[in-house]
Formats: sequence, C-alpha cells, structure tokens
Amino acid sequence: MEREKLFWTALMLLGGLFLAGRAAMVGNGRVYVQAETIAETDAGPVVHHRGVPPSQRSEANVSLSWPRTIGLWVAAFCTLGIMSFVLGDNPFYKLMESIFVGVSAAYLMVAGFWDELVQNLFKSIVPGLMRNSFLPGLEEGLQPDLTYLAPLLMSIMMLWRLAPKGAWIARWPLAFFIGATAGFRLVSYLESDFVQQINNTILPLIVYTADESFDVWGSLRNSLVVVGVLLGLVYFFFSVPHRGVVGGLARGGVWLLMITFGASFGYTVMGRIALLADRLQFLFDDWLWLIDPTMQRMGM
Amino acid sequence: MYQFLKTLDRRWIFLLILLAVAIPIYWGWQFPERPSPMVRSVFEAIENLPDGSHVWMAYDYDPGAQGELHPMAFAFTRQCALKHHKMYFMTLWPQGPPMIQENIDLLKREFPDLTYGEDYVNLGYRPGYEGPIKLAVTDLRSTIAADVDGTSLDDMPMTADVKNIQEMDLIINTSAGYPGTKEWVLYASTPYNIPTVAGCTGVQSPYLYPYVPRQLNGLLGAIKGAAEYEFLLLEAYPELRENPNAREALRRMGPQLLAHLVIIALIIVGNIVYFVGRSRGDM
Amino acid sequence: MKRTVPMIIAATTGFVLIMSHFIPLSEEWGSKAMQWFNVLAAIAFVLGGSNLMRMNLQKISDRRPGWGYAAVTLIAFLVTLSVGLLKVGVQPTSSFPTNAWAAPYNQEGSSLWWLYEYLYKPLASTMFALLAFFIASAAFRAFRAKNPEAIALLSTAFIVLMGRTYVGGLMRDILPRGMEWLSFDSMTNYIMGVFNLAGMRAITIGIALGVASTSLKVLLGVDRSYLGSGDD
Repeated sequence: MEREKLFWTALMLLGGLFLAGRAAMVGNGRVYVQAETIAETDAGPVVHHRGVPPSQRSEANVSLSWPRTIGLWVAAFCTLGIMSFVLGDNPFYKLMESIFVGVSAAYLMVAGFWDELVQNLFKSIVPGLMRNSFLPGLEEGLQPDLTYLAPLLMSIMMLWRLAPKGAWIARWPLAFFIGATAGFRLVSYLESDFVQQINNTILPLIVYTADESFDVWGSLRNSLVVVGVLLGLVYFFFSVPHRGVVGGLARGGVWLLMITFGASFGYTVMGRIALLADRLQFLFDDWLWLIDPTMQRMGM
Repeated sequence: MYQFLKTLDRRWIFLLILLAVAIPIYWGWQFPERPSPMVRSVFEAIENLPDGSHVWMAYDYDPGAQGELHPMAFAFTRQCALKHHKMYFMTLWPQGPPMIQENIDLLKREFPDLTYGEDYVNLGYRPGYEGPIKLAVTDLRSTIAADVDGTSLDDMPMTADVKNIQEMDLIINTSAGYPGTKEWVLYASTPYNIPTVAGCTGVQSPYLYPYVPRQLNGLLGAIKGAAEYEFLLLEAYPELRENPNAREALRRMGPQLLAHLVIIALIIVGNIVYFVGRSRGDM
Repeated sequence: MKRTVPMIIAATTGFVLIMSHFIPLSEEWGSKAMQWFNVLAAIAFVLGGSNLMRMNLQKISDRRPGWGYAAVTLIAFLVTLSVGLLKVGVQPTSSFPTNAWAAPYNQEGSSLWWLYEYLYKPLASTMFALLAFFIASAAFRAFRAKNPEAIALLSTAFIVLMGRTYVGGLMRDILPRGMEWLSFDSMTNYIMGVFNLAGMRAITIGIALGVASTSLKVLLGVDRSYLGSGDD
C-alpha cells in the first residue's frame, strides 16, 4: 500500500512538473477574446466579448481573458477529478461530484424560471410589468390572461410539499400532472407505437424489383421482419404458458432478443468511446495544446 | 499467464482503453467512410428539399452527449446553411441552449452572409418535456412568443407568418434521450405527417429503428453515423474540405477503431480465461 | 378531500386531453391544459432544487458523515442560483441595448455561462465518458459465452463493433463479387435493419400497450400509487 501511495505521489509530481514546464514554455491553456461594440447608448458603448482562436491573438481588439483562462484550467481539473474515479472513490472525485450536483440543480431552476415562469406564466398574468422589466419585446396593451392563475395556484400548492405540515396539498397539482401525462400518452402511444408499428409490419412477403424480377433479399428481409416481430410478441405474451408450440416460438423470440441486445451493446460501446474521445480531445487540444486538429493555433 | 489474467487488476484495463483512445487522437488517425443507405436517406431528405425550405432544428441534448452529437448537429447546420434553408433552433433540454448557441456561432463564423432573423433563429429552451411539442405543432405562440433575445416572433421576417410546426418542411432532431426523437415522432411526425430525420446517441439508436422509414425518414446512429454523414457532405460540397471543423466526426473514427478492437480483444481474452478456468475446475 | 379530489383532477385532466385529440371543439381545452402542464414542469425544477437545499442543510446541521461535501454542494447551488437569477455579468443585446434584464441569462461571458462552460460542461461530459472504462472492464469480466443465447449476443456485438469501424468495410474489397454481404458493415446494416428492428418493434408494441393500460388505470382511479400511502 505504501509503495502504491509513493507511486501515485511521484506520478502526480511528475505531471505537475510537466504542466508547469509546458505552461511556462508554450503558454498553453490560454483563452483569447475579441471585444465587439454591438450598440452605442447614452451610458456608453455596449461591448460583447466572444472567444477567438489563439491564432488571432494579435488582431485588433483581441486580448487574453483571465477569467476564461482560469476557467479552462478549472475545467481541465474538473475533467481529471471525475476521471480519478477509475482509481477508486477519492476526495477529489467527491468534491467534483458535489459541485456537479449543486451547479446542475441550480442551473435547472434558473432555466425553468427565465424560460417558462417569466416567459409564459408571469407574462400572461402581469404583461405590463414584464414589458417594463424582463420582456421589453412584448407587444403593447397585452391583456392579462387570468386562466394562468390556475397554474400559479397549483405551483404554490406544489411547493407546499416543502412545508412541515399539509404535504397532501401538493397532491392536487401532482394529480393534474399525472392525469395530463396519462391523457396525452395514452392516445399518442397507441397511435404511434401500437397501430403505426403494426402498420409498419404489414409488409409484402414476396417482393419484386422495379423491372418485375424477384427480389430475394427484399423478400427475405420482409419475411424475417414479420416473423421476428411475431416471435418477439409471443415471448412477451405471458397469459399463455410457454410450452409446446408457444414455447418453441417464444424460444425463437429469446434468440431474436439476444441478437437485439447484442446490437444494443455494440452501439452503447460506440457511444461511450465517443464521449471519452471528446474529453481527451479537450485535454490534448484546448488545454495542453499537444494537438491542433482544427488549426486554432496555426502559425504560433 | 492464466493466473495473471485471472487476477488482473482492472486498472490495467482502464489504462489499455485510455491508450486505445488517446493514441489515435494524438496521431490524428482518419479513415475514409462508406456511407450506409440509412445515412444516405438522412442526407437526401435535407438535400432534396428545395432551397430555402423551412427546417425545424430540434437539438435536444446536453454536454453529457456532446461527444456523440455535436459533430452531427454541426453537420446538419452546415448542410441546411449551404442549402439556404430557414433554420428554427429549439431545445427541450434545459442544458441545451449553449449547445444551440455553438451552432449559431458556427453560422456567424462560416456563413456570414446569412442573417439572424431572416435565415435562422434561436428559440431557446422550453420546459415541459414533450409539452412544448404538443403546443408548438398546433400553435407555436402558445409556448414560444419570442426568441432568446426577447425579440417577438412577429418582429422577425422568418417567424412572423409561421403559425405552427406543421408548416415546416422537415424536422431535424438531435437527441440524447428523453425528451428527444421518440417524442418528436409521437407528437409531431406521426400524427401530423411532418417529415422528420434524426441523429441520436448510440444507446438510443437501436430503439429508434422501428420508426424508420415511415415515421422517421432516416436516422444517424451515434458517431459512426455522423462520420458517414460528414463524408457525404464533404463529397457534395467540396468547399467544406478546407474547413477542419467539418471533419470532427471523421477524426473521432480513429479512436473508435482502436477502442472497438481492444474491447473485442478483452471479450475474447476474458472468455479464454473463463474456459481455461472451467476446464481446470477453477470456476 | 385528500384523496378523492386529486383522483377527480387526474381523471378530468386526462380525459380532456384525450377528448381534445378527437373533438376539434375541445382542442383549445387541451392546449390550455398543456400550457399549465409546462408551468408545473418548470416548478418541478424549483421543488427539486429546494429539496436538495433542505437535505444538504439538514446534513450539515446534523454533522453527518460527508457534511463537508454537502456544504460544497450547497455553496455551488447557491452561487449558481444567485448569478443565474440576477443575470450577473449579462450585457444588453442589440435588440434592447439599454435593458440588460432582457438579455439571455446564459449569454457568453456572463457568470452563469462561466459556471456552465467551465464547471458543468466538463463535469457532466466526463461523468458519462467515465462509463467507457467500466464497459471495457465489464467486457473482460462479465461477457461469457456460457450458453447458445449468450453466444448469439456476443457474436452480434462482435459483428456490430467491427461493422461500425473502418475495418468493417475493408472486407468488401477482399470478398468476391456477390459476397459483399459477408462484410462486417453489410452484416451490421442487416442486423440493425432486420433483427434489431424486429426485436425492438416487439418491445415498442409491448411498451405501448403497457403505457396505455397504466394510463387508463390512473385515469379510472384503479392505480392510485401516485397519491402515496399515508394520510398526509
């Protein structure tokens, strides 16, 4: 155990030295921004800063952004912090996990507030106030839509769940939410995932090509799809015991599902590798400047 | 050897997979692609639309899936811009607006002749999971009245006359899960017969095949689908070949190849260890 | 009152939405219900955030193990919430150059944008990327060809993994004319478009029936699990 500790300490020390040396010599992990005046007002110009590739650092109005440079290094350490989990649960990972939970929960709240509560709820109830504050683009003379008092009331009832007493009050808006979900899903699932799927499966078993010759592959494909769907459905039909003919068909369904799950596994692996590649590309390209596939630092 | 593999510390496997992904990225391995019929159908669905058609760009994903979906989202945006389609960006994911913003930045950078509000618009995020789809397919303004900058839809040329999503010529969805492609199929494509194509994560792809081709005109499955699609785009539009950003997914196929081979090798070695162990009575 | 009223609300809302699908006259009601639904979905975020805050505060005040991490979560939560609601660092846009409140809350350069770009984004994407390591470990330790079904699963996975790379298409050039379908990429396309499609369609149909029956049970008051078990 002591030897292992020593190994990791030495590795981290070496990594730190490499980073310090590289940052001093190459200046990697720097972010540049370009100032752009988007409007002139009585209070002065309104300036926006947008990120530009380091290769443009000597252009007009381009400067090094310290907040973004620090941010990039923070992002790199966050990436390493989460990745450290492969070595086992550790305080660095736990710290990152805690930050992630806090930031994401608050981000959802902020998005919900500005994009729905302000944009639709408050806009409908107090359009004048919203026009004079957050939503100046609202048309003038918009009348309040008092039907929105109902979701406002339900919102308050829902938040009542946090109160020490009377949590049952939150059941009313919850019932509305559940009832609505059940209502629109009932019809849509039947239409799209039941009727339409059966419709999609009604295929010609003997297929002819445009020049009226027999299409072996097309016929085989359609036949396998039709038979495959039926076998799969037999497997999922538990009202009849899976014995005899039904048992045989259900066994065919199992084989089909195994092939399906094998394909899903292959695709899942593909997805996860792509995500890891994205993170490593961030570390190598944006942070360490070891590679430059998009020519962001051409000529540097 | 058998004993070593049987008691192999999993950190060696982690290191192996790290190297399998890192080495091709470092050396920049790239390969030509052979676009599958499925990818071609997605490409053609966008390509065969008359120039200037109205396309709803539903980009429903977050940073958790950007490694898989960013390249295809950018490729969709590029093709629509090259075809001068009118693009209406929207997301059902709260963490989605910055993903859309990166596409807007791409348009500003690579297609400066296109004008915001005339050629493309950012309608941002709407909460409610599938709720906003249900509203926007019949009455857009009942859920979205303004763009992300607060400009009313009535004040922008490309949105002023749009009543609902049924008026779109195509829906392009990039999806990382719920709400995503399935919801667009359930509440827009199927009931209103709106042509729809999608690009989705590897986990989702197999589940969406039953909708093709009647409910979904085509589907890009994860990074491989994106790479094939980029390949078609580069073939059709040679001017993109000078743009290294237009090869994002193609670049990712290097790590993909080596990592897939490593995983296959791991399965094979794992099974050899298992069978040897069984023959020795160890398992 | 505590259980009957919610059941009536759920049934009424559900049937209004079903009716709005078939009767054009009631379409407006369905639309209204959906607008309210969206507001409640946004409030659910507020409820979730508040709950997180309450739980973490409790953990800190009780000095339970790991309370330090709870404090970090709480600080991250409060900082993000404050800068997001107050639009800290947001600049006015060209549409309304004198009103910064009208600008997007996640505008490039704002404090919330910084938190998203440099904290949330790397943390979220690495969290999912981490699974690549564990899926590799599982491939070595768990995927055993113990029986014919497992062999079918592993063989399919092998073909799909090969078929979704450059190597998958290489075989095409080696195989004799008319035998190209034996290349990994062709086989993958066939597996996905035939066997996977059939299997997934059976699953989709099964799920659709499940959703429909569960929805009906909720609307008819047979399934009341969402009301909880207690009186309060």
